[in-house]
This record gives sequence, C-alpha cells and structure tokens, in this order.
Amino acid sequence: MRYNALKILKEGLTGNKNWKPVWREPEPKSEYDVIIIGGGGHGLATAYYLAKNHGITNVAVLEKGYIGSGNVGRNTTIVRANYMIPGNSEFYSHSLKLWETMESELNYNAMHSQRGVINLFHSDGQRDAAARRGNMMISQGDDAILLDRDGVRKELPYLDFDNHRFPVYGGLFHKRGGNARHDAVAWGYARAADQLGVDLIQKCAVTGIDIVNGKVTGVQTSLGPIRGKKVAIVVAGRSSEVAAMAGLEVPIESHILQAFVSEGLKPAINHVVTFGMGHFYISQSDKGGLVFGGDLDFHASYSQRGNLPMMEHVMEAGMSLMPAIGKAKVLRSWGGIMDMTPDGSFIIDKTEVENLYMDCGWCYGGFKAIPASGWCMAHLMAEDKPHEVAKKHTFDRFRTGVGLMDEESKGSQHNLH
Amino acid sequence: MRIKCPLCGERDRREFYYLGAKDYLTRPEESNLDAMHKYLHIRENPCGLTEDLWQHEAGCRAWLLIERNTATHEIFKVELVNNKKDSK
Ligand SMILES: Cc1cc2nc3c(=O)[nH]c(=O)nc-3n(C[C@H](O)[C@H](O)[C@H](O)COP(=O)(O)OP(=O)(O)OC[C@H]3O[C@@H](n4cnc5c(N)ncnc54)[C@H](O)[C@@H]3O)c2cc1C
Ligand SMILES: [Zn+2]
Repeated sequence: MRYNALKILKEGLTGNKNWKPVWREPEPKSEYDVIIIGGGGHGLATAYYLAKNHGITNVAVLEKGYIGSGNVGRNTTIVRANYMIPGNSEFYSHSLKLWETMESELNYNAMHSQRGVINLFHSDGQRDAAARRGNMMISQGDDAILLDRDGVRKELPYLDFDNHRFPVYGGLFHKRGGNARHDAVAWGYARAADQLGVDLIQKCAVTGIDIVNGKVTGVQTSLGPIRGKKVAIVVAGRSSEVAAMAGLEVPIESHILQAFVSEGLKPAINHVVTFGMGHFYISQSDKGGLVFGGDLDFHASYSQRGNLPMMEHVMEAGMSLMPAIGKAKVLRSWGGIMDMTPDGSFIIDKTEVENLYMDCGWCYGGFKAIPASGWCMAHLMAEDKPHEVAKKHTFDRFRTGVGLMDEESKGSQHNLH
Repeated sequence: MRIKCPLCGERDRREFYYLGAKDYLTRPEESNLDAMHKYLHIRENPCGLTEDLWQHEAGCRAWLLIERNTATHEIFKVELVNNKKDSK
C-alpha cells in the first residue's frame, strides 16, 4: 500500500478504520541468504538497500526488542554533512544526498527538515577553525556560510550576545543540515524493506553465531536456530557482546550519551544550534519540546541512564547561551549506549570469519549516517568489496595506524572522543 | 555515581578522570605490534562486571583501579594502582 493524500483524506472521513499494519510479522524461515542482527536504523537500511540496489530479498532482520527500540529511537536526530577528514567527508556528503531523496523513495514521511545547523564560535581561533571547516564542506560539494555576529543575531535573536565570558563571535551556517523524526526513519526503512520481501523478526535475540571451518553458517536465537549464508552484525552499542559470540574482539568501548526534552512550547528555536564553549546543542521538535544534549558521560557504561555531572554541565551551558530556556521545565532525560571507536569514526568491514560482516563504531553520530551506512554495508555484502565512500573505514586502520580518521585530532583512544 | 578514593574518602564522580580498561596496566613490548594493537584498541567491553583505571584528578591525583558494574553504576572496589603494580 502506498500512502497518498487522497487515502489520508478518505480514512480521515471514515474513522481511520481501514489502515493495515505497516509490515508483516512473519515466522522466521529456517534459512536466509542474509541475516542482519539488529533492527536499528543501520540494520534496516542495510536490508532495504540489499533488496533495492542488489536484488537480494531473501533477507531477515533479527531484532531482540522491537523495531526502533535502540538508539535510532532515542537520539537527538541531527543530520548534517560537516565532517572534514577524507573518508568521513565523502561518506557523510553521500548520506546527506540520500536523506534528500529518501522520503519520496520510501514513500514515508520522516519529517526530514533542512532547517539549518549553526555551529557558534566564540573566539578568533574558533572563527579560523570554522572558516576552515566551511571551506572543506564547500570543497566536498556541500554548503556552508560563515556568519559574523550580526549574521547570527539575525538568525538567532534569542541568544545572550552580551555574555562577557562566552561572547558570540559568529557561526558556521550549514543550511542543508537539520533534523528528522527518528522513529519514522526506522519505520520508513522497515516498511520499505518489508515490501521488498525482507522478513522483520522482532523479539528475536541472537544468542550465538555458528561458525564451521572459519565460515559463518547461521545464528542461534531465542526463537531457535536460523541458517544464513551471510551474516551482518549491526548492533551499535552491543557490538562487543555480539562480536564475542563469533569469538571476535573489536576496538569498541560502549559509553553513555544523554539527551533531554522540555515541555512543549510554541515555536522559538528554528535551527539546530550548537554552543562552542561547552557541551550543549539544541533544536525544537515539531511537538514543541526543546530537544537538547551535550557530551558523553566519559566512562564505559551500558546503564542507559546518565550521571548528574554531565546533566548539570548541559543545563549550565544552555543557560549561558540562551537564558530564556531557563523558564522551560525538563520533562525527560535518558541515555543511549554509544559504540565508541578509538578514532571516533565508524567501521564497515568484513571480519576474520568468512561471510560475517560488521557495521559498527557509530559513536554518537550514527543517525545522520543511516542511509549511507545501509547503502555501503549492502554494497559490501552483495559485491564482497567495500563501497567507494566507505572503503577507508576498516578494522585494520587501528592495527596499522594508517588512515585513522580522528576528526577532532584528539588521539586514538576510546575515552577521548 | 560516587567513588570512594582510598586516600580521600567518598567523592563526586566529577573529581575523577576515566582512562579505560585495566589493560593499560600491562604494557607489552613496543616491537610486538599485535600485542600493542590489542593493548591500545581492543577491549573486552563487558556489560556487567569490569575493572578499569581512573585518576582522582581533582583530589589526591592517585591512580585507581575500580571494580564496578557497567550496567548499574554500582562500585564494588577501589584500590590504589600503586599497591597493585606487579606489572610494568
Ligand atoms: C542521546 C543520543 C543522541 C544522539 N544524537 C545523534 C544526533 O543528533 N545525530 C546523529 O547522527 N546521531 C546521534 N546519535 C547516535 C545514533 O543514535 C546512533 O549512532 C545510531 O542510532 C546507531 O545505529 P542504529 O540505529 O543501528 O542503532 P540501534 O537503534 O541501537 O540498533 C541496534 C539494534 O540492535 C539490537 N540488538 C542488540 N543486540 C542484539 C542481539 N543479540 N540480537 C538481536 N538484536 C540485537 C538492539 O535491540 C537495537 O535495536 C545519538 C545517540 C544518542 C543515544
Ligand atoms: Zn583521592
């Protein structure tokens, strides 16, 4: 069933009685050409592009909870292409282009909104860095505008421009950046994959990975064994756990990232805004809630709830930048498990086990990557060679030290990103 | 999360710097590239019981080995690394 305006009108006038479930709920078959472990954004996009781009439709996505129960449904949804390092630059540029056509392709409203991302800067040094980043973005084919203080004032009149400690010098404005409705991205890819024949198996936890003579043959699950010719591990924060089922040790440490939502307010914040002098970024959802966050709690954790120090820091940083939000009440806060790599960049690669692939290491930035990650992972699995825009994202870069993609030049160590 | 430094007593999480897994206590020969790679990058990353290295950065600056549960924020044991160091 395709959605269209006429159908919505008709259903609206007849009590919305004839909507059908959006995807099937099949029993798992005994064997698939491809098994994807993990029904988050990346797993679902991989399944969709395997079917769409490569005609591989005998595919199962095994999800231990429900579709969208992981990070894909608990992130702050920023979509942007402002990475600088070769490898990341072309990958995120590709991803943003896919975002721009994804909704019409999937026939699903993911509420992708290119409202613009403004990264503020507060010193001459930060201005130079922003100018350099902007030039890199333009040379990779994306957009960037360097705003001076008055330019920022026009876009974001509500900032505290008179803050003596953190004066606003200007901002880097990425107009094609923005955000989206996170669940809808998962649902959109899930529905489209289902329509192409992919089996979405929910409440199916993978508990073991079967390997014979160095080759993967299938998985053990809470619903019994399932054979698979190729298997992909796409489980974000749980990467180490699932990799261990195949005897693999991976360069990942799981950390917690928090986010916060306020009560619903009238539209006030029309962009995604990031503060340059503390860990704070904000946007306003279509329901009116202010959605904001900061940085990792900075220690390995699977707790899915954060600690008070980062919470306090985020609130303080927010109050320094835009004191007006102090009147809003925070409704909810939560944490997600981030699969941190040493250099802060992701991995889409084969593993030492034949026909076993991994897509992981998304750190705190994997939402914007969903389309390109699915695209490149599907390419890797179908063609057995890496896609051009993801070929630098190997496991081996850590072993050799060649080709590390450390966007922030902090060093190749998990706790530094 | 509060951490009980053996020298300073119970303190707020924000006084402590987290380095990473206790693997950092056993540095291999630098010429052994595989071992070096493992030491620097590969982590067991357990959901549950773990031991890792922290520094009481804003306190006595001692390095600590902490046994804790990564799923619950529980802390079971805090020891001075100096007392542990049979390694290099
Ligand atoms: C608070 C927060 C804010 C963020 N903000 C942004 C942002 O603004 N922009 C951005 O680009 N990124 C952001 N991210 C990062 C982004 O959400 C993640 O990088 C991305 O969602 C991870 O990929 P995924 O969607 O596939 O993960 P998930 O949705 O976590 O999918 C993994 C799935 O695997 C399943 N699974 C795990 N183990 C098993 C098993 N044994 N068997 C079967 N299934 C299993 C899980 O249940 C889960 O559903 C943020 C993350 C958080 C937590
Ligand atoms: Zn101390």
